[in-house]
Amino acid sequence: MSQAPSPLGTPVVRREGRDKVTGTARYAAEHTPPGCLYGRPVPATIARGRVDAVHADEVLALPGVHAVLTHHNAPRLKEPDDPILAVLQNGRVPHRGWPVALVVADTPEGARAGAEALRITYETDGHDVLLTEDHPGLYTPEIVNGGYPAVRERGDTDRAFVTAPVQVDATYSVGALHNHPMEPHATTARWDDDGHLTVHDSSQGSTTVRDSLATAFGLRPQQITAVSEHVGGGFGSKGTPRPQTVLAAMAARHTGRPVKIALPRRQLAAVVGHRAPTIQHIRLGAELDGTLTAIDHEIITHTSTIKEFVEQAAVPTRIMYGSTTSRTAHQVVALDVPSPSWMRAPGEAPGMYALESAMDELASALGMDPVELRIRNDPGIEPDSGRAFSSRGLAACLEKGAARFGWYDRDPRPASREEGPLLLGTGVAAATYPVYIAASSASAHAAADGSYRIRVNATDIGTGARTVLAQIAADVLATPVDNVRIDIGSSELPDAPLAGGSSGTASWGWSVHKACTLLLRQLRERTGPVPADGLTVTADTQQETAGQSPYARHAFGAHFAEVAVHSRTGEVRLRRMLGVFAAGRILNSRTARSQFIGGMTMGIGMALTESSTMDPVFGDYTENDLASYHVPACADVQEIEAHWIDEEDPHLNPMGSKGIGEIGIVGAAAAVGNAVRHATGIRLRSLPLTPDTLLPYLL
Amino acid sequence: MDPSRGRDDGAQQPGATGDRSTLTLQINGTERTLTLDHRTTVLDALREHLGLTGAKKGCDHGQCGACTVIVDGRRANSCLLLAVAHDGAAITTVEGLADGERLHPLQEAFLDRDALQCGYCTPGQICSAVGMLGEAADGFPSHATARKAPASAPAPLDADEIRERMSGNLCRCGAYPRIVEAIEDVAL
Amino acid sequence: MKPFGYLRARSAEEAVREHAAHPGALFLGGGTNLVDLMKLGVAAPDRLIDISRLPLDHVADTEDGGLRIGATVRNSALAAHHSVRTRYPALSQALLSGASGQLRNTATTGGNLLQRTRCAYFQDTSKPCNKRQPGTGCPALDSAQRDLAVLGHSTHCVATHPSDMAVALSALDATVHLHGPDGGRTVPATGFHRLPGDTPDRDTEIRPGELITELVLPPRPEGAASLYRKARDRASFAFALASVAAVLSVRGGRIEHAALAFGGLAHRPWRARTAEDLLRGAPATEETFERAVDAELAAARPLRENAFKVGLARNLAVDALAELAADS
Repeated sequence: MSQAPSPLGTPVVRREGRDKVTGTARYAAEHTPPGCLYGRPVPATIARGRVDAVHADEVLALPGVHAVLTHHNAPRLKEPDDPILAVLQNGRVPHRGWPVALVVADTPEGARAGAEALRITYETDGHDVLLTEDHPGLYTPEIVNGGYPAVRERGDTDRAFVTAPVQVDATYSVGALHNHPMEPHATTARWDDDGHLTVHDSSQGSTTVRDSLATAFGLRPQQITAVSEHVGGGFGSKGTPRPQTVLAAMAARHTGRPVKIALPRRQLAAVVGHRAPTIQHIRLGAELDGTLTAIDHEIITHTSTIKEFVEQAAVPTRIMYGSTTSRTAHQVVALDVPSPSWMRAPGEAPGMYALESAMDELASALGMDPVELRIRNDPGIEPDSGRAFSSRGLAACLEKGAARFGWYDRDPRPASREEGPLLLGTGVAAATYPVYIAASSASAHAAADGSYRIRVNATDIGTGARTVLAQIAADVLATPVDNVRIDIGSSELPDAPLAGGSSGTASWGWSVHKACTLLLRQLRERTGPVPADGLTVTADTQQETAGQSPYARHAFGAHFAEVAVHSRTGEVRLRRMLGVFAAGRILNSRTARSQFIGGMTMGIGMALTESSTMDPVFGDYTENDLASYHVPACADVQEIEAHWIDEEDPHLNPMGSKGIGEIGIVGAAAAVGNAVRHATGIRLRSLPLTPDTLLPYLL
Repeated sequence: MDPSRGRDDGAQQPGATGDRSTLTLQINGTERTLTLDHRTTVLDALREHLGLTGAKKGCDHGQCGACTVIVDGRRANSCLLLAVAHDGAAITTVEGLADGERLHPLQEAFLDRDALQCGYCTPGQICSAVGMLGEAADGFPSHATARKAPASAPAPLDADEIRERMSGNLCRCGAYPRIVEAIEDVAL
Repeated sequence: MKPFGYLRARSAEEAVREHAAHPGALFLGGGTNLVDLMKLGVAAPDRLIDISRLPLDHVADTEDGGLRIGATVRNSALAAHHSVRTRYPALSQALLSGASGQLRNTATTGGNLLQRTRCAYFQDTSKPCNKRQPGTGCPALDSAQRDLAVLGHSTHCVATHPSDMAVALSALDATVHLHGPDGGRTVPATGFHRLPGDTPDRDTEIRPGELITELVLPPRPEGAASLYRKARDRASFAFALASVAAVLSVRGGRIEHAALAFGGLAHRPWRARTAEDLLRGAPATEETFERAVDAELAAARPLRENAFKVGLARNLAVDALAELAADS
C-alpha cells in the first residue's frame, strides 16, 4: 500500500453535490410509493382548551378524502419519548397550532381542501402566552437544555459587583426565533404486510427517528426502517422526530396505504420548535485595568405546558472569562405556547449575544479596546469547573481576526465615521461552542477489488457528512478518497447519533476511524488476498465516549463586523464580516468554510432581520411565513470571510476535530450590534435591529 | 401518481368548466400531456405527477424561490402557476439544464464554489441564475442598477447586481457568498 | 382550496361576459397574489377566467406623449421598458423594488394594482378580519404589529396597501382603464384605491365584473424628474415599511411641478396633496421640502408600534425631493 498524502484538511468536493445541482437528490417528500395518499394536519385555532366536536362526516363526503384522523379514531400510542409526538391521543389543546386532526386524501389538493373544510368546535380556556420579567409562574428548573445545572455560583458575586470600580448592569432581550430550514418537515410512511414500518423522514438522525417511533408505536426497533438520505437543513428543528413523522405513520396504519405529509410552511412555527425568547440580566464588575471581578448572568425564558425545555443561555458565561466571582442562573415559566426546541447553538447563540454586548459596554465604560479587554480576561482554566482547557484559541482568534480585519484602524469613539447619510462602525465579539461527542457505530468493508465501503447511519443535513467521512476513512486506510464508498442516511446501517450539537463528524468519524483502523490491522495481519466477498469490521465507540473528559473542551472564535447605518431610515446593512475560529483540526477546508459562513449568516439574520412575535390575543407567532419572517436574502450578505487557526488538540478524538456547525452563529449578532453602537452611539439591547428600533434615536 | 391511472371523469380540454382539464406542457423539450385538477400548480404537476422533483417546495407561496423553473424563457415561481393556465408552455427545470453528462456551466460553477449545503434551494438557485443571466443580457435593470445607467444596454453584472437579482431565492444554509461567486464565474 | 372551473378568455369582452354570467368567478392574471390567496383560503372563486393571454400586453406611446400600458404587461417587462426607464423612472424603480425577479416576471400590471394587503390577520382565515369577513372585527387595531397604517385608517381596518407600483402610478397621475358589463370607463389612479372607512372589504373603486384593461400615463411634465425610494427590513425582497414616489421640476430655483405619494402608510397609496400645494411655487430648498412634508404628515395617527413610520416617511420624502432638486 503506497503512502498517499493525508486527505484530511483538503478541500475535497462534496460527494452528493452533483446530485444536488442536477436535482436528482431525493428528499423525504420525494418518495411516492404506489397508492400513496397525502395527509394534511389541521391545526388548533384556540390557544388553550379542548376539542369539543370534529365534524368529520362533512369532509369524508368530499371527493378523494379517505380519512379524517382525530383523537377519536387515531391509533393509540404508547407514551412517546417527546410529548410533542403525542398527537391525536386526547382532545386537549396545549397551544394554538397543535394538530387536532389529519385529513388524508388521494391528492395534495384534496387533502388541503379537506383540512380547510373541517369544522371543529372547542371548549376554550383562558390562555397565558406572554413572557415577562416578573411572571408569577417563573421557577428555577433543576437542569437546563444540555443537562447543565440551572444555577452555578462561585464566591459572593453581589458583593464583588457592588464594590467593583467599574460596573455594567444591563438587560438584553432576544425574542423567539424560528429555524425555517428550506425543506419543510416531511415524512412518507408505509407499513408492510408483516408489520414493518418504513419512513422517509426529513430528520437529522434516522436512528433516533427509528427508536422514537419504536417507543411511540410499541414496536421493536428492527420493525422500523427510517431513511433520511438527503435533508434540506434542520438547524436543530429536525433533531428528533416532529409530529408529522408520527402522523404519517398513524395515517398509513389507519388507511392501509402509504401516506405522505409535507408540513405547510405556515404550520412550522407552531409544531417544529423555536428558539425560546430570553430576557437576560447581566452584571459585570471590573477593576480599572479591566480585570473582571464579578459576572452575573440571569436568564428568564419560557417553555410550553407539555414539556420543559430551558434555553441554556447562561451556560457559555461559565466558561468564557475569568472572574473571582460568578453567578449564572435560569428561570423558566410554562406558558400556553408552542414547545421550544433546539435552534442552531441553543444557549450559546442568545447567551453570547448578551454577554458579548455587555463586554462591549464594559470596554466602553473602561475606555479600553474591546479586543484587549477580552484577552485580559482570557482564563487559564475553565472558570466554572477548574478543569484545564484541552485547547483554548480565543486570544489567537481575536488577534488574528483583528489583524486581518484591520481592527486597529478604527477610531474607537462612537459615531465618528460618516459617508454621506451613512454612519459606519465596527464591532467585535467572541464565540464559543462546547465539544460534544456521542457513541456511534460503523462498519468498514474491504472488497476484493481493493475498494472500501463504509456504512454508518450518519445524516447529511448540508454539512457534507459523506465527504468528510470518506476523508477520515481514506486517511486511515491510506487510500484515495475516491476508493471509499460511504453509505449513510438509513437506520438499516450501523446505529449512529443525530447530526446535532456540532457533534456529528466527531461522533461518526470516530467510529469510522476505529472500524477502519481495525480493518487495516486485519488486512495487514492476514496473508494472501482479500477473500472474494471481502472483509468487514464493525466497531462502536461506546467505551471511548463514556465518561467525562478530564479536560474542558470548547471551540472558540471571534467575529468582526462593519456596518453602515442609514441615518435617515434606520436601515442597517452589513458591509463586511470576518470570523476566525479555533475548532481543532479542520477536516475539509471547503465544506468547513461553508458551514462557518452559514452560521455567521444566520447570525446576521438574528441581528438584523429575524423576529417572531407572540400574539397575546391568539397565542401564535405572527410571522409564520417567509414573507414576514425575514431570513436574510442574498442582498443582505455582502463580504463575509471565515478563517481558522490550526489547532492541535490531542484530547478530542482521533481526528483532532471540534464541531463547526454552530459556532459561526455564536457571537455574530453581538458583533453586529456592537458595530451599530460604534456607528451610531446607540446601544440597543434587544434584537433585531430593524429601522423601527433605531430610527427614534436617529431622528 | 401515475397520470394514466388518474380519474378521467370530468377531464376536459382547457376552456371547459369542470374542475379538471387535459393540458400539454413542454417539459425540458418533451411534450407531456396530463389531465389535472385545476388546483394543481406547475410545481405539483412536476413533483407529484411527472416525477421531476428537482424543483422544490419550500413555502408554496412564492416567498422562497426554491420552486423556480424557467417558463417560456423567463424564471418563475412554479408554486404560484396553475398548470391549467400554462397549457402549451415550455418549461425548463433543473433536470433539463445539463447536456447529457455535461453539466450546465452554472451547475459546474455551483459545484466548484461549494455554493450549496443542504441542496434544497439549489435547483431553484441555479434555474434562477440561468433566468437572471438571460434577463441581464436582455437589458433588464434591477433595484441595484444605477439610476442613471443607460436604458438600452445589457446590464453589467457586478456582485451587488447579482445579489439583488438573486434575492428571490432564499438559502437558509447561508451559501450566498459562494452562490454569487459561482454566478460571477459564469457571467464574466 | 375548493375545486373551480377554468376558462381561458379570448377577448376582454368574453371575459367580462363570462364574469357577468358567473358572479363567483375571478379574473386570473399572473396569479402571484390570487393563487397565494386561494391557497390561504382567503379567495375562493368557483371559476377562474384566465385573462393572462389577452392581447393586453402593449406598452405604447399616446398621441400626446404619454404612455399606454396594457393590463397583462409583466412587471419585469414594464420596469425594463425604455420609455418607462427614461420618462417615468419612478415607475421602473418602484417595480424593481418590489417582490423578486421571479415574481416580477409573472405578475401583471393589473394584478399588481389589485393585490391585497399582507396584514397578518387578513391572511389568516382562523382569525377575525373586517376586510376578509365584514363585521368580524379588526384584531390588528390593538396588535403589536408594525406594518399597519398611520394615515387614513378607521376603527374597522388599519391595513396598508402593499404595492410599490401603485405608489408610483399615483404620483405619476396615471389613469386606470376599466372594461365592465356596462362598457368602459376610466378612474384616476389617485382615486382607484379606497380608504377603509366602514367598508374595508372593498380595496378599490372597481365594480363587480370590471376588468382592468390598461393604464395610461400622462406626458411627463416638462423638465420633471421622478424617483422612488423605499425602506424595508431586509435589503431586498420585503414589503415597504414606508416608501415614496416623487416627481419634481424646478425652474429658476422654484418648484414648478411637484407630486408626492407615500407607500406603506395607508390603505391606499397616499397622494400628498397638502405637501404638493406647499411645494408648488416655493423655492426648491431643504426647508421647503421639510415644511411641506411635515404639513402632510401632521395628519398621521400612528398606532401602538408604528409611530416610526412617520419620521421614516418624512426623511424618505425630504431626501427624495432634495435629490431630484439637486439633479435639476
